[in-house]
Amino acid sequence: MTDFVHPTLLFILGALPIPFLRGPIGKAYLLLIPTLAIVVVLTMQPGNYGAAQIIGQEILVAKVDKLSIVFATVFTIMALIGMVYALHLTHAGQHVAAFIYVGSALGVVFAGDYLTLFLFWEGMAFASAYLVFAQGGRKAVAAGFRYLMVHITGGVVLLGGIILHGVATGLLLFGPIEGEMGAAAYLILAGFTLNAAVPPLNAWLTDAYPEATVTGAVFMSAFTTKTAVYVLARAFPGTELLVWLGAVMALYGVIYAVLENDCRRLLAYHIVSQVGYMVAGIGIGTEMAVNGAASHAFAHILYKSLLFMGAGAVIYVTGRRKLTELGGLYRTMPLTVALYMVGAFAISAFPFFSGFVTKSMVVAAAGQDHRALVVLALTMASSGTFLHTGLKLPYYMFFGSDQKLEAREPPRNMLVAMGMAAVLCIAIGVFPQPLYALLPYPVDFQPYTGVHITESLGLLMFTALGFVLFLKSLDPENTISIDTDWFYRKGAKYFMWLAEKPLARYEKAVSNVSETAVLPFLHGAARTGLRIDIAGVDAVVNGVARSILGGGGALRRLQTGVVTHYVLAMIVGLIAAIVVFAVAWR
Amino acid sequence: MIERVVDFFGDERYASQRRRLFYLVLVLVVIADFLVPREHAEYLWDRLPGWSAVYGFGSCVLLIFVSKFLGHQGGIMRREDYYD
Repeated sequence: MTDFVHPTLLFILGALPIPFLRGPIGKAYLLLIPTLAIVVVLTMQPGNYGAAQIIGQEILVAKVDKLSIVFATVFTIMALIGMVYALHLTHAGQHVAAFIYVGSALGVVFAGDYLTLFLFWEGMAFASAYLVFAQGGRKAVAAGFRYLMVHITGGVVLLGGIILHGVATGLLLFGPIEGEMGAAAYLILAGFTLNAAVPPLNAWLTDAYPEATVTGAVFMSAFTTKTAVYVLARAFPGTELLVWLGAVMALYGVIYAVLENDCRRLLAYHIVSQVGYMVAGIGIGTEMAVNGAASHAFAHILYKSLLFMGAGAVIYVTGRRKLTELGGLYRTMPLTVALYMVGAFAISAFPFFSGFVTKSMVVAAAGQDHRALVVLALTMASSGTFLHTGLKLPYYMFFGSDQKLEAREPPRNMLVAMGMAAVLCIAIGVFPQPLYALLPYPVDFQPYTGVHITESLGLLMFTALGFVLFLKSLDPENTISIDTDWFYRKGAKYFMWLAEKPLARYEKAVSNVSETAVLPFLHGAARTGLRIDIAGVDAVVNGVARSILGGGGALRRLQTGVVTHYVLAMIVGLIAAIVVFAVAWR
Repeated sequence: MIERVVDFFGDERYASQRRRLFYLVLVLVVIADFLVPREHAEYLWDRLPGWSAVYGFGSCVLLIFVSKFLGHQGGIMRREDYYD
């Protein structure tokens, strides 16, 4: 075990001192732990660590291979960027929650068995829910509860699948699910796809993320869906259903993004869309497709966090989040604009930005697998991605009609964090080889061909033409959009009505019967019981109590309160113990 | 430097320059798409120069109008106090 330090330990044990550290030391500490974690992950050797037996089950705390290392690398880098972004916060609670969240995500990524996976899976749900609750206010707390409820339900479904799987195979080791897809596999798949925000199980994401704190949303955008992508890639590569779910997802997020007025909710819908590429890649399941999914997850975490940081900076400075209330900030926040745009170019897959070298790998894999429809759907979603994150959002947030808002650049640590993410977005786009070397399979893909560049630019620039021509139709409106959370938000109200009206009446009828018929019988039985109690049980209890009281009185007399007496008694006791040991024991 | 670039994209003064630059880029992209060598074309559209431009524009327009249709006529967009 000495040659392997589990990065989860670093984060979870590392969270303990946070509340006690203040000032510059506290800040340095917050950055030290993620930095150490990056080093630990980069120097990690593939292998199995921490195998054990618990209640007859094989446990494997850490299974390190190339797939887990890719995700762990970007998770730890993201943890560092996220901590830099949150450095100005003085309340320790959010830092602690973020550490536990990151630690749990890493726990899932290295989990070699389902029990370990489930434990950290739930840890992520609770730690991340705190980041929503921490925002405070009625809306955030309500959204936080919905978020938690959905994830707990998903966790129960997952646990059900794990138990069925364990009963059927006798093994709980986590790996590719082979053979026929049975009930167990479908339950596990449902649990995983819920966290990946695959429609119709997507609404928790777009409901909760925009309500989280400015810094919390940055962490949330990175970890939950991408751990789900990881477990899907591990357990379900080549599952046909995922190809179609992924393609639908990619378009679903884009369609909703057209309607959205809340800046971070628009970005959240683009998480759904982007994760669609990864889910489709995993469904295709070829080496190139899984490589594409993993590399796209890597790039996505960085550019999506950058976009969330940009929108967060605007909310932090102006206190506004609706596009209808924003505009004209480019004069006062030019650096934020520029950094945000790097993220926007990266997500839109412009040449020399990270999305260009990762997203295209998924699309190319779909093409090689002769899936023309998937290629067309994903390409259309790319157009929509640039339309919203690259054009609509920045236009209405930073340019557009000047709302004369008082604004300034955000605190320096926020800008630094955004700068770090931006540098990585460009670095990956210009030098994709180091990322390609990290991927689970050897990469035989060349993103920079003439056709690929001109086709991408054609797609993107003519999307921009559509935007310019139909700008008026895109004007944000003061509305919210109904998504599948309708079923538990409105549905819950109908359920409450059902509980209050018909069910309550039924309950009253039942209780009337019991009052007239059952109660007299119960009263009689209770009286008899009371008699037995007083005569029999109480007498015994009182007797015992009296003797204890007597013993207590004797003990009280022994207590003199003089220290020397106690010391004396201890020495006597010690000597007695030694005598007993020396004589009787041997 | 960054401020000047951002200013160029925001300030009303540069509106006509911006437009000209934008159309120039569009034309250049299409010309480049015609000139670029195409070795292996998997699908029909891979052989058509300018296809991606048409598809990008079409997708953009389709997404805008289908989404807005679903939002307004399909009843997806609701007043902000819908859930209260």
